Formats: sequence, structure tokens, C-alpha cells
Amino acid sequence: MAFVTANWNPLGEAFYRKVELFDMSWTLKEGLRECLIAAAPYGGPIALLKGFQRRSPSTRPQLEIYSSSGVPMASFPWKSGLVKQLGWTVSDDLLCVQEDGTVLVYDLLGGFKRHFSMGNEVSQSQVMETKIFHSPYGTGVAILTGALRFTLATNIDDIKLRRLPEVPGLDGAPTCWAVLSQDRQSKVLVANGSHLFILDNTSCTPVTPPGLSPQASSVLHMCVSFSYKYLALLTDSGHVWMGTSNLKEKVSEVDTSIRTPPKQMAWCRRPKSQQSSVVIMWDRLLLVVGECKETIQYLLDSDSVLVPEMDGVRIINETHHELLQEVPVACEEIFKIASMAPGALLLEAHKEYEKESQKADEYLREIKEQNLLAEAVKQCVEAAGHEYEPETQKTLLRAASFGKCFLSNFPPELFVSMCRDLRVLNAVRDYTVGMPLTHTQFKQMTIQVLIDRLVHRKLYPLAIEVCRYLKTPEYQGVSRVLKHWACYKVQQREESDEVIARTVNMRLADASGISYSEIATKAYESGRTELAIKLLEYEPRSGEQVPLLLKMKKSPLALSKAIESGDTDLVYTVVMYLKNELNRGDFFMMLRNQPVALSLYRQFCKHQELDTLKDLFNQDDDHQELGNYYVKASYKEPRLEARVSLLQSAVDEFYKAKNEFAAKATEEEMRLLRFQRKLEEEKSEPLVGFSLHDTITALLSVGLHKHAEQLYKDFRVSDKRFWWLKLKALAEKGDWEELEKFAKSKKSPIGYLPFVEVCIKHHNKHEASKYVSRVTPEQKVKAHLAVGDLQSATEAAIERRNESEIITVLSRCSATTDVILVERLNRAKATAAKK
Amino acid sequence: MFVCRMKENGRKLCFVRASNMSVVKQALTIAKPLPEKGEEVYIVVKSGIVLHMAQTERRDAPELPDFSLLKRIARDQLIFLLEQLPGRKDLFIDADLMSPLDRIANVTILKQHEVDKLYKVELKPIVSISDQLCFLIRPRIQTVKWISDLVNSDKAAGRFRKYKIIFTPQKFYACETVLEEQGVYGYITTDEWNFYILPLDDDILSLELPEFFRDNFLEGDQRWVSTGGGALHLLQSVYGSFSKVYGIGRCAKMVYETWREQMEDGDLRTKQPEFAKVFLIDRDVDFITPLCSQVVYEGLVDDIFRIKCGSVEFGPDVTSSDKSIKVMLNSQDKVFNEIRNEHFSNVFGFLSQKAKNLQTAYDKRRGMDIQQMKAFVADELKGLKQEHRLLSLHIGACESMMKKKTKQDFQELLKTEHSLLEGFEIRECITCIEEHINRQVSMIESLRLLCLLSLTENGLLSKDYRSLKAQYLQSYGIDHLLTFANLRQLGVLVEQQPGETLTVMESKVGKLVNDKTVGKLTDAFSSLAKKSNFRALSKRLALVPKSGDEYDLRVPRDMAYIFSGAYIPLSCKLIEQVLERDGWTGLEEVTRMLNGHEFAVTAGGNSSEARTKTDAQRIILVMFLGGCTYSEISALRFLGKERGCRFIVLTTAITSSARLLEALLDNHA
Repeated sequence: MAFVTANWNPLGEAFYRKVELFDMSWTLKEGLRECLIAAAPYGGPIALLKGFQRRSPSTRPQLEIYSSSGVPMASFPWKSGLVKQLGWTVSDDLLCVQEDGTVLVYDLLGGFKRHFSMGNEVSQSQVMETKIFHSPYGTGVAILTGALRFTLATNIDDIKLRRLPEVPGLDGAPTCWAVLSQDRQSKVLVANGSHLFILDNTSCTPVTPPGLSPQASSVLHMCVSFSYKYLALLTDSGHVWMGTSNLKEKVSEVDTSIRTPPKQMAWCRRPKSQQSSVVIMWDRLLLVVGECKETIQYLLDSDSVLVPEMDGVRIINETHHELLQEVPVACEEIFKIASMAPGALLLEAHKEYEKESQKADEYLREIKEQNLLAEAVKQCVEAAGHEYEPETQKTLLRAASFGKCFLSNFPPELFVSMCRDLRVLNAVRDYTVGMPLTHTQFKQMTIQVLIDRLVHRKLYPLAIEVCRYLKTPEYQGVSRVLKHWACYKVQQREESDEVIARTVNMRLADASGISYSEIATKAYESGRTELAIKLLEYEPRSGEQVPLLLKMKKSPLALSKAIESGDTDLVYTVVMYLKNELNRGDFFMMLRNQPVALSLYRQFCKHQELDTLKDLFNQDDDHQELGNYYVKASYKEPRLEARVSLLQSAVDEFYKAKNEFAAKATEEEMRLLRFQRKLEEEKSEPLVGFSLHDTITALLSVGLHKHAEQLYKDFRVSDKRFWWLKLKALAEKGDWEELEKFAKSKKSPIGYLPFVEVCIKHHNKHEASKYVSRVTPEQKVKAHLAVGDLQSATEAAIERRNESEIITVLSRCSATTDVILVERLNRAKATAAKK
Repeated sequence: MFVCRMKENGRKLCFVRASNMSVVKQALTIAKPLPEKGEEVYIVVKSGIVLHMAQTERRDAPELPDFSLLKRIARDQLIFLLEQLPGRKDLFIDADLMSPLDRIANVTILKQHEVDKLYKVELKPIVSISDQLCFLIRPRIQTVKWISDLVNSDKAAGRFRKYKIIFTPQKFYACETVLEEQGVYGYITTDEWNFYILPLDDDILSLELPEFFRDNFLEGDQRWVSTGGGALHLLQSVYGSFSKVYGIGRCAKMVYETWREQMEDGDLRTKQPEFAKVFLIDRDVDFITPLCSQVVYEGLVDDIFRIKCGSVEFGPDVTSSDKSIKVMLNSQDKVFNEIRNEHFSNVFGFLSQKAKNLQTAYDKRRGMDIQQMKAFVADELKGLKQEHRLLSLHIGACESMMKKKTKQDFQELLKTEHSLLEGFEIRECITCIEEHINRQVSMIESLRLLCLLSLTENGLLSKDYRSLKAQYLQSYGIDHLLTFANLRQLGVLVEQQPGETLTVMESKVGKLVNDKTVGKLTDAFSSLAKKSNFRALSKRLALVPKSGDEYDLRVPRDMAYIFSGAYIPLSCKLIEQVLERDGWTGLEEVTRMLNGHEFAVTAGGNSSEARTKTDAQRIILVMFLGGCTYSEISALRFLGKERGCRFIVLTTAITSSARLLEALLDNHA
């Protein structure tokens, strides 16, 4: 324990430490010289391309992929073009940028995934330099072409190439450049001698870093911090300028007095720390430059590579893998020599306690007196997270746990989750896995991403263990891992379909939220259609099966599954697909067997393709619907002839459908239309389109009685209707004379009460009373009441001895004016009731 | 201990006097004479402390969940979507979305989010000069086609604009296909506004999708099914999961299935549910109820003035001035709230009593001193004025309705309707309907009676069917041939199948057995042929109370009061029965007659015993697929009051006989 501070170096206020992560298990014959190398951040894999400049087919370059601990993961000879740059995406894919601007994408086990081009312009003028960068929008590629122009894609999963404007006065390769991510866009910062320019989509802006020492004539190297917030420039005068990346503020400037261009430069800074420093690497020297004037120097004994991380810099060389970082505050407080911080005291107390010394109590008392015990526990827990050695972690956690005993309501979450996290971290830091994540990085990348990374490395059992241990919800934990496993499994050619399907189903049986269709898709993509179909059968949601079935050209099955799913959008998808795929006849036949799909398609046709609708009905010999179709079409037709001919088609169809009623009705309509047309021409009365009833009414209202009669006879209009109709029409017109004639023409089939009522409705009491006498006895009371003749109504009611009628009359009498009537009625009511 | 009960303003009060608290507690826990259903309990202890115990366990009406949250969610999403198209823009809104939108986000809010002008979608060329057009529409092919034409004509004219379509409640693949076919897919961005549910009132939620009915039941187009599932899913994710789901009907089952699938996809929330039981019912299970004339105040207002999206426009004849007034009809309207569920015959009396009370309240002013007057003006006057205004409106509406509804025609109509429901004097009814048609009284009303006749009689005799149809066509034109085709397809107005097949069978059987048995067989067969589902159902569920009994509409004794005591709505009766039995057991025969598709599912299985006593268990969500009427809602409110539970109605739209039939018309008007 006493040696914790052994590898600490002070720089200004802070300490820096270099921790060894791994002894590299690779054996590199030629070291890291003469090869392209790319190591992914967050303890990701390392890719090496040896002899990348070789072009002859006899000695091809070799591409090798290692884990961070140097365990080989893939290796194959490079057969494509000249590679200019290697890089990793955020999702663990390897990008190889070729000289002609083609980018090849491999997974981390060396499997080829896809390729894309960075555009014609790049392939013509060739790639000069490339940088691969990460931003919130994904992984990007920036290219400097031979024509000294920059081309940039911010997200390789959604490629939008941008060609940046020209840099004025640039006539050779710029001394250095970097990609910035500012204001939600990616920009390029270029140094041409001592001039600096920022290139964005549209403009090229010259910039000057504030306070850059004037003796510099050229910027040799630059680097941007992990968070894109800070920028460091190294000038040929040996000065390191550090400031914000928007070049508005200077943080510090340090003179290194080394004037040779460095090999690499990287920020070494942890989130929220006040300190910031830059690590610069020359051939054999590593220099840490901070805000103060002094520096830390490390000697390097072999070629190395710097890998910037969010909270430090990793240094990889032939034999070792180290992490250089600022010592976290908690660790500093606890381990700094002669520290009196509460954490340090607690650790000491615990040590004494283990030794069974009473000093433990003294230390504890000291902390408690200052009321800092909670603070001490927190410090210990936090420091444990930052320590790399399990032994140190344990010691610190034990101390924390010891301190916790003396606190009554200290929330346990902090301690518990740190224990869990550390267990997971130690597991993945193991050199067989080789992911040297710090706790800070782990929290930043989240558990989901960690599981993804494990899955990418095909470490399924470990991934599942981690999920179970951390109690990740199943659908984003275990189930997800199992799905990946299954997708991988179905690609194994050596096993039979039957065996694979069974194994997959067995493993996945009790996991929830697994989509078999995704697995089946994978199987289909690797050419195993039979297996795909087998797997699809396990898919409980029929909707999920549809897209794949379509892809596999199992359209009838797809259609029935779509219908089963009840998702009409899916049915439409299949129907539209089939419509384009099949010829019309087959298409209609298929629909015919699926009423749900058919009615959906009909709905679509109704608005979009009316003619198709007709064809559909024709195909089905659905004469009834065809008839309806023609009827509907007829009233959209303004010309009478066309209308009649459409109706004729309807009639034919109705006959075929054995719907004689509809046929007859339609025929009558045709007759009516012709009649209306004739009359319209003769009498210039607008009639076409009226119903029979309305036509007759219209005729009567203009006094064309004869024509009305004719219709009445021709169309076998019922007597009742005709009487009602004529009665109303005449009353409406006020043709009382004609009405009287009509009433006397023969016995009314609707009785005479309607006459009375209609007259009253038109406020003609006089006319109304004419008809009262002809009303049948049953309706007499009503008739009298209608004309307001209470006296007669009373007489009639009493005569009929009908209780309910008497009551009706009574309700109309007022108690004040009709005293006598009321009396009579009441008496009659009494007798009627008795009966 | 001394207990005293009294009623005041409809509140049941119970005062308990006791020497000390422990006595009261004992009484409450052991003897349980208190409290009765719906009582507010005040405990007066000797020392003078008054404890108010309104929240007793057996409190009558459980609190309803706060549905305004749904509005907030919808509004926030809409604003988010509008901001996806930054800058000033013109907004085109589907005509039938106007009122619902107004309830979610009014013009001011829209303007705040850079909406310049609002237009109604009229399927005509537009005049907007804005560079950005946003369309807020229902996913209808017709509208999408119109937009495509618009884009294409802009293209032809060399005009460049940005277009965005916001589909609500969801987009359909068919709409996108149209965009693609018209070659404008790349020019338009599309989005979804998941505005599933509009709360119309405390207990009425509406999807505002009137076309659901026709699309689903007539055209066999099931695309709205997923919308129904989506709505339930939304309710579940906001208000907690349901423990029990009942349903009847094909569509109900499908809605449940899609809902269940969405449930499985999403993460399950283990929130304490705010309502626990759901009942799903298809409209085609019960066509009779919506086709009956409504006589409960709210239903009547809807039938006559048409309530649109929870508000109604009273014309000059009601307001007795020269302008119309738009009134929101919901529980906020104190006057309306008291009469909405009343049978119309009681309403007028109630209103006049209310008017008298109001007068008394006003009269209090007399004899007040200045201080009292000041308090009166400050506290009461405004409320009184408000009440006054509402009261005069409702009285006006009442008057106007009286004029229409006390006419002889209407009385006869009701009589015919009741006869049909009772299955009594059918011939006379047919004559009556015939006259109705011949006199061209009302296109929709005639159709309604025809449908009622067919539904109650299980189809019309061929002779009647043809003659009535012919008469109808003479009155209203040949285009109704299509209307009749629709009604037949839906099974609402059909011809009785002449018992051909049966007669053939009869004669075959007849050869095998002797005459006596033939007679019996014939009876059996004819009863089979003439089996009227409605009659049998009505008998089985006692839907039609025995005639002759006086039915006092002031004191309703069952749900039949909403139809003047003539008929208990089938839909509500089913709900009552299923809830009572906690499932369909014992109703097998009924479901068979209703074509089955019934289900009852206990979801999750985590409904522990402890939860069954919570309020949530007494709040029941009823979802009507294809619309429900205000009368049905009134019936359910009544049922709720009887059973000490509350019903929340979730419907695809509020419907009525007229709306239902208009959806089935196919004339060119």
C-alpha cells in the first residue's frame, strides 16, 4: 500500500500517474515501426496494418486486429488498394480508407461488412491525409485530397459528403490540421505555416489564437481534446499553446524548447478537472505539459502510440500498455503523503482496526469530531472506483464499509453500485477480454454499450453474466445478447437447419422480447431460406413475419400472416407488393381468397382507381356490386344519354344478379328520366333528377295536373300517396278551389282528417271546416279540435263515450272560459269510466 | 350515541353525536349502521370537535381520473411537431378536426408557434402565399390525393415550398402509397400526431372518428382497429394497467388483440391503476338502441340540435335573440349537469323550480344592509348571473324541443316505435311507416323506422320488403337503391329468407314420419325460420318491461327510463349482466344470438386481493366501437349510481340514429 504513490509525478497543483494496464501478449517482429496502427477509444481493439506501403502482390500487407491486451482477434492479408488510414467507429467497426477514397468497413473479427466511397473528387485527386473522428452524430471521416481540398462526412452511417471551401494560399500540404465539432457541425482547422483557418460548410475564416507567442513562424502540430472543447498547438519555436477550441480564450502557453516536430500529441484531461495538460510524444520522449511552467518527462524505450481517452491517455508499445492520467481528487486526498483528509484517516483507522490496535478508535474519533465520516466513506468508495488494482480497490472498500458501520443513515446505493461496477470492470479488464475501461469511461459509455461491445467480441456468456449480475431489464439485457447469439449461430454452416432451429429455440425459449423474425432474416441473408422459414414459425407475432416472407417470395403466406396480424398497414404493404409482382388475373385471384385484403384494396380503388374496382367486380362475377357501381356512376354523369346508358348497364347486371327488384326499379328510373327530360323540354320546368314523388309534386305545383295523373298511372303510384301528395301540393299553392274539386272527385283513400289538418297548417280555418263533416266518426273529435271547435268536439266525444277522447278535449278546455263544457265532459267522463 | 340523517341539495348528510370518539369508531367498525351509500358523515363529539368524514370507504362515487392530462399530452406533441417545421407557415386542417383541435390547442397557441394562417381543407385550389404549408389531416386517401395535386401544380408552376403532412391519429401505408404514386413523396415530410383521445367530459372520451363505423362495419376495412388499440394503450400507459377485460364483437376482439400486442412490446408499468375493468363492445351487437328516438334531455338535444364535439349551437329560436350562441355542454354547466340524464318530461318542471329558487336567491337582496349587500355582490351575484344565463338558455331549448316533440306526429312515431319493441300490432306499424314514407315526412326517420322494423322482426317479409322499398324509392329517388344495398349488407334492413330450404327439408322429413309429428315439426321449423333474435333476446334479458305497469319517469327504477320505460338498451344491459357475473357464464344463449365473439380476460394476473377493494375497481371503462349515443351514456350513469360505481365511456364517436343512418346513405347528395 505504501507504494501507491510511487508512480505519481507532480505537475503544478496536480499529480500524474502512469499505470500499467497490460503486458502485451502479442509478438510483433518489427515492433510498431513501418505500420499503420489504430486503437479505438474506451479500451477498444487495436488494428495494425504491417507494411502498408507494399504494393507487389507477392508480399501483401497483413492486417491484424488485437484486443487491448494484445490477444489476436483476426489476421488476414490485405488484398485491396493502398490504405492511407485506419480507424474505428463508435460501434467497433474498422474503417480502412484507401488512397482512391474508398472506405472499407470490417467488423472487429475481420469480417467484411460493406464499403462506400468518399466521392468522385476524392478518387480523382487521391487521398493525401485522412482523419477519422467521433462526434455526437456518429463516426466521421475527413479527407485532405491531392488537390488540397477537404471532403468530410460527419456520419458514415448516413453519408452526406461535404466539400469544404478552398484554403487561400495553400500550395502544398498544410503543416497540420484537425477536425473540430462546434455549433452542431464539423469544421476543419488548418495550419498553413503560421496562418490558421477554420473551414466550415460555406466559408474559410482566418483565425489567430489569442496570446500566441510571436516568435513562432509555423504551427507544427495540433490536437483537440476528447470533448472538442480545448485545442493545443505546438509551434516551431517549441511553444505549446493551450486554449479553448473556439480560439477565444487562452489557458496557458509553455515553452518546451524542443523544436523538432513531434510524432503525436494528445490531451490528457479528466472531465470537470481544473487542470488540463497535453501529452506530446517524440521518438524517445514523452512530455506532459500543463498550465504551469514545469513539465513531466518520461523516457520511452520503444516506438509507442498514444490513444486519447476522456480521462487520460493510453500509451501502447511493443511490450506494454499503460494509462497516463491525472490522479483523481479522491485518490489524491487519500494517498497523498501526510494527507489529513477524512478518507485518508478512515483508511488509516481501518488499517489499525485490522491490526486490532486501539488507534483505530482515535482516528475514527477524529473524523467524527469534524462530522466528516460520511464524507470519508464517500471518498473511499470513490477512490476505489479509480484504482486499477483489485487489492487496492478491496482495501478502500473495506475501509468504506468499516466507516459505514458508524453511520446510521448512510444511503447504501453508492457503496453497493460501486462494488457491482468494479466487479464488472475487473471482469472485462481481464486480459482475455482486454477492455481496460476506467470507471469514468464505464459510466460514460453505459452498460448497454458495454454489453454491445462484449457481443461484438462474441463473448456471449460473459455478456449474459454481466446482464444478470447487474439486473439489466431483460429486453435490453439477456434477450438482446441471446438474439445476437442466435444471429451468429444461424450463420454457422456446419450444422444442419434442424439442429440449429432446435438449439436456438431451446436457448431462447424462456427469454422475453425476442424477435425471431430478425434471426430468421439473418438466416435468410446467409442463404438459408429453409432455416429462416423454420425459425419464423417460432415468431408469435404474425406481423413480424411478413416482411421477411415477402423477401423470400412466399407471398400467399405473407398475405395470410399479414391479415392474421390485424395490422392493415401490413396488409396494404403486401397487397401493393403483390399488385406490382403478379399479373392482374393472379393478383385478383389471390385477393378473392382473402376478403379482408380484398375489402382493403377496394377501399383504395374507390378513391384511387375506379376502373380497377370495376375489373375487380367483373373478375368475381359480382353482378350486384357491378349494378351498384353503374348506378353510382350514373349520377356523376351530367349528360342524360350517358346516364341512361349507364343505368341500362346497371339493369343488365341486376338481371344477371337475379335481383329483379333492383332491375325493375332501375328501369323505372330510366323511364322517369326520359319523361322528365321530355317535359323539361316542353314546359321548361327543371325536373331531371327528382324522385317520382318530387316530380309529381313539382308538376302539380305548376298546375300540370294531366301530366301528374299520367305519372300516377304509369308508375303505379299508390292512391294514398297520390292523395297525400296532391293534397299537400294544392294546399301549398293555396288552390283551395281545386282542392275542393279533388276532395269531391272520389272517396278519399286517406280519409278527410288530413284535409282538415293540412288546411289548418296553412292557416285556412274556413276551408278546413268544409271537410270536418266528412271525417269518419273515429276521427271526428280530432278534426273538431283541429279547427278549434270545442263545442262540437265535446259533442262528438260525449256521443262516442270514449274516455281518452274526453280527456283530450278536457285538456284543451280552459277552466275559466269553458266552464259548462268542462262540467259536461267531466260528467261524461265519469259515466264512461263506470262502463 | 345519536344519529341524525338529512338531505340537503341532493347531498345525503349524516350527523353522529357521541360522547367520545371511541364510541363512534366502534360503531363504524362493528355495527356498521353507518355510513350509508353516498353519505357524507359529520361526527360531532361532545367536546365540540366536528370531524368531517366525507371520504368514507363506501363513498358512493369513486373519483374519476383526471383526463385533462390527455389534452396536455396531445398539445405538447402537436407543438413539438409544429416546431419541426421552423418558421412561419400556413396550416390546413381537416374540417372535422377543427373542433377537436380547438379543444386541444386554440388559435392563440397555434399562432405562438408560428402558424400564420389557418385554412380548412376544402379539396379545392388554395390561395396561400406562404412558403411553408403544413397539413393537419386524418389519414384519408382523398385528402392526401388533393395535397399531391397541390404539390404537383406548384411544381408545374415552378413554385418551391416546403410541405409537411401531420397525420392524426396515425399515418397509413395507403396514404404514403398515394404520395408515391403521385410522385411527390420526396417533396413532403410526414409525421404522426398521436392524438387518440379527446376528453369530451369527465366521463366521456371520444376518438372523434365517425368514419370508424362505416369503414369497419360496412366496408370491412379494419384499419381503424389499431387506432382503437392505440387509444387503450395510451390510457393504460397514463392511468395504469387494467386487471380485467370483457368484450363482445369481432372488432372488439381485434382491438383487444392489437392492444395486447402493443402491451407486450412496450415495457409494462406497474402503476396503481386508476380504473381496472374494461368492457369493449361493437356497435353491430346492438343496432336497436341507437335507432330509437332519444327522450333523455342530453340525447334529445343531440337529436334536435346536434351536439358537436361537446358543444351545441342554439339558434335564434332558442336564444330568443337574433343570433346563435355556442354552448359547451358538460358537467361544468351546473344546470345542464342536473338535467342531462333526466327524462324529457321532467325537465321542464325541474327548470321552473330552479328558476323559482334563483328568484329567491335574487330576492335575498331585499332587506340586506350594506355590508351584506357587498358580500352578496362579491360572492354570489356572479354565480347567480351565470346560472341565470344558462337557465334561460336551457329553458329556451326546452321550449323549442317541446314545440317539435309534442306534435302528434312525434307521439305517433314513439307509439310505433314502442309497438315495434314490444312486437305488438306489427301490421299497424307497417301501415304507419308506409304513410310516413308516402307523406315524405322525413327521409332519415322513415329509414330509421324501416330498420327498427327489420331488426325487431328479424327481417321483413318479402312482400313488405319490396313494397316498402319501392315506396321509399318513389319518395326519395332511385339512388337509395345503394342505401338499401348497404343496409342489407350490414344486416340492418333485410328480407326474411323465404323458408325454401326448410320447406324442402320439411317435405323430406314428412315422408318419413306420420302426420301428427309433421305438424309438430312444421311448428318447430317455422319457429326456427321465424326466430326473431331480438324477441328472444328481449325475453331472455327482460329488455322490454311488461306493458301496462305505470312507469314513473321521475323515479326511474331501471335503465328503461331513458326510453320512457319501454325498453332497456341492450348494450347497457349486456354490460350490467357481464359485470354482475364477472364474465359470460350463464349468458351463452345470449351470446349465441349475438353471434358470439365474446371474451373475458384477466390481465397480468397480478390483481391481488388487496386491490379489489380500491376505488379503481369501481371505475369501469366501456369502449363502444362504432359510436354510442347520449342515451346509452345516461343509462350507464344511472347504472353506475345504482351500483355505486362509475362508468367512463370511450367511444369512437358520439352517434345518434341520424348520424348512424347518414353514414350508410349512398346517394349523391
